[in-house]
Amino acid sequence: MSIICYVECAGSTIKKSSLECASFASQVASKLGVRAYAIVIANTDNAQLEMLGNYGIAEVLHIDDAQMLPMARASAIYDASKSINANIVIFPKSVSVDGFASRLAVKMKANMVSNVCELPITDGTFTVKRSLYTGKAFAITELKSENKVLVVKKNAVQPIVTQDKASVKKISFQPQETDTALKVTEVVKSSGDLLLTEAEIVVSGGRGMKGPENWHLIENLAKALGAATGCSKPVSDMDWRPHHEHVGQTGVKVSPNIYIAVGISGAIQHLAGVNTSKCIVVINKDPEAPFFKAADYGIVGDAFEILPKLTDAAKKILT
Amino acid sequence: MKILVCITHVPDTTSKISFVENDTKFNTSGVQYIIGPYDEYALSRAIELRDMAGGTVTVINVGSADAEVTIRKALAIGADDAVRVNADPADAYFVALQISEYAKNENFDLILMGRESIDFNGNMVHGMVGEMLGLPSLSPIMKLDIQGSTATMWKEIEGGKEVVTLNMPLVAGCQEPIAEWKLPNMKGIMSARTKPLKVIEPVAVADAIVASKYELPAARSGVKMVDAATPEKLFELLKNEAKVL
Ligand SMILES: Cc1cc2nc3c(=O)[nH]c(=O)nc-3n(C[C@H](O)[C@H](O)[C@H](O)COP(=O)(O)OP(=O)(O)OC[C@H]3O[C@@H](n4cnc5c(N)ncnc54)[C@H](O)[C@@H]3O)c2cc1C
Ligand SMILES: Nc1ncnc2c1ncn2[C@@H]1O[C@H](COP(=O)(O)O)[C@@H](O)[C@H]1O
Repeated sequence: MSIICYVECAGSTIKKSSLECASFASQVASKLGVRAYAIVIANTDNAQLEMLGNYGIAEVLHIDDAQMLPMARASAIYDASKSINANIVIFPKSVSVDGFASRLAVKMKANMVSNVCELPITDGTFTVKRSLYTGKAFAITELKSENKVLVVKKNAVQPIVTQDKASVKKISFQPQETDTALKVTEVVKSSGDLLLTEAEIVVSGGRGMKGPENWHLIENLAKALGAATGCSKPVSDMDWRPHHEHVGQTGVKVSPNIYIAVGISGAIQHLAGVNTSKCIVVINKDPEAPFFKAADYGIVGDAFEILPKLTDAAKKILT
Repeated sequence: MKILVCITHVPDTTSKISFVENDTKFNTSGVQYIIGPYDEYALSRAIELRDMAGGTVTVINVGSADAEVTIRKALAIGADDAVRVNADPADAYFVALQISEYAKNENFDLILMGRESIDFNGNMVHGMVGEMLGLPSLSPIMKLDIQGSTATMWKEIEGGKEVVTLNMPLVAGCQEPIAEWKLPNMKGIMSARTKPLKVIEPVAVADAIVASKYELPAARSGVKMVDAATPEKLFELLKNEAKVL
């Protein structure tokens, strides 16, 4: 028996959420007394791969194919896990993982749970805690099948970091035709932007920002804080901002250290996407805005006056 | 074109979530149920595609008899017929197997779902059904056009989107802005009562997952206000008090 975790790269750098997930996997492995592996399907260098050892991974299986299609990834991970006799596969939650991980559960005949938010209890049972109802509740669930697939949320575990290096093994994979029927004809990506789901700080704007021409105020504060930018649903519905920035029940779910909401009223559907943030800051000119009830810090005032002042202060405090 | 849309019967997005019987059961009292919002995007696009190219839209739900109001709503919005698999939808694998068992002899060109259910948020059932039926599955899909037997789609990726093409049959998990939600009209509501709704019994699954207990998140301790005249104080608090900066 062993455990394998799937590690994602942004470009050639391992994503922070994947490092966390690697630590999650190795902590489960040490609870169970088994070896922790990682599989990386990306173009990256040995230094990055060996660094997974810092997070407790003993051995990394590397497929040097960044373009591999999602369904083929499920098959590649299946083959790799068979080769090392892995019965537990652990994924970091991401929009890409959500597209294919469950195919693996069927191949492995595994119990699968998503949104796992703590290390499992391994007292003879294998019991996990996962969030559901879009962060409004948790469920405690025992996984009884021999094979298991977990998708782990951000901040599920405090990473343990050591100086160890992982050994790296290059492997190859030849996908089946059914896995490659899909043709990607175009990729549209806003380059350079910090990923919303990876960011430690998120600055989000709502309809209170009045129009896309004012978004530099949000962007300037975000830049000063090294934050990603988000928005409410009406803002992306009106095309002020791209759809992938829309946070909430029907958009991206974020759990940063700090979520700063500017000119957002705090509708329950918006809160559903942010309520697992560590600290929530609300800036709104209406003292009765419902968002204040869900916030840790609040400022009542006009965003157009407050944002420039905050941006200046952020530049000072962070330099 | 033959389209299957998988719909969930879930608490309205504004519902207060609570549990009863020692936190082992969801408290349904006072809860309004709806078609899952993502599932409704899938349903809306299915109806548009059928209206353009001809064919049928079937909806399927794995759920108890309580879900029939939601299924009837999907029929009122414009689906042609419906199937309910009479079982508690507690586990994604179990649900996926029921959908696959039904779909395997029906030759659907498209099986559309939501990207995620808003109760379990699993993002799992579409991939599982794809794998069980040996069909490709994609999610989340933001745009879907059909030409002949080829589907052209926008698939969301981190920080952007991809344009992808694929031959049908296929399984897709949908999200906005794939279509606008449709309101049922009077004619739809009248005809929904007589459209076929078939109830079938589930196939068994060993080791399906059940939740033994539920918990609610800890409440936030309350908001601390910072004076708008000195907003820079915020960063001191974030740094020294909340220790998150
Ligand atoms: C099924 C369903 C799913 C949904 N999913 C989502 C979702 O995922 N995400 C989401 O965000 N919404 C979602 N919604 C919509 C949600 O209900 C709200 O309509 C939406 O969040 C409101 O956006 P907003 O706060 O930007 O706008 P508003 O509610 O219009 O609020 C604007 C706020 O800006 C403040 N303001 C105005 N001017 C200023 C100023 N100069 N300075 C400071 N503050 C100012 C106002 O006081 C107000 O509080 C969903 C709705 C439904 C029905
Ligand atoms: N009980 C169910 N009955 C029918 N379809 C379902 C059911 N549960 C989930 N689905 C479909 O699968 C999608 C993804 O659900 P999930 O994997 O739970 O996030 C949903 O948006 C639905 O389209």
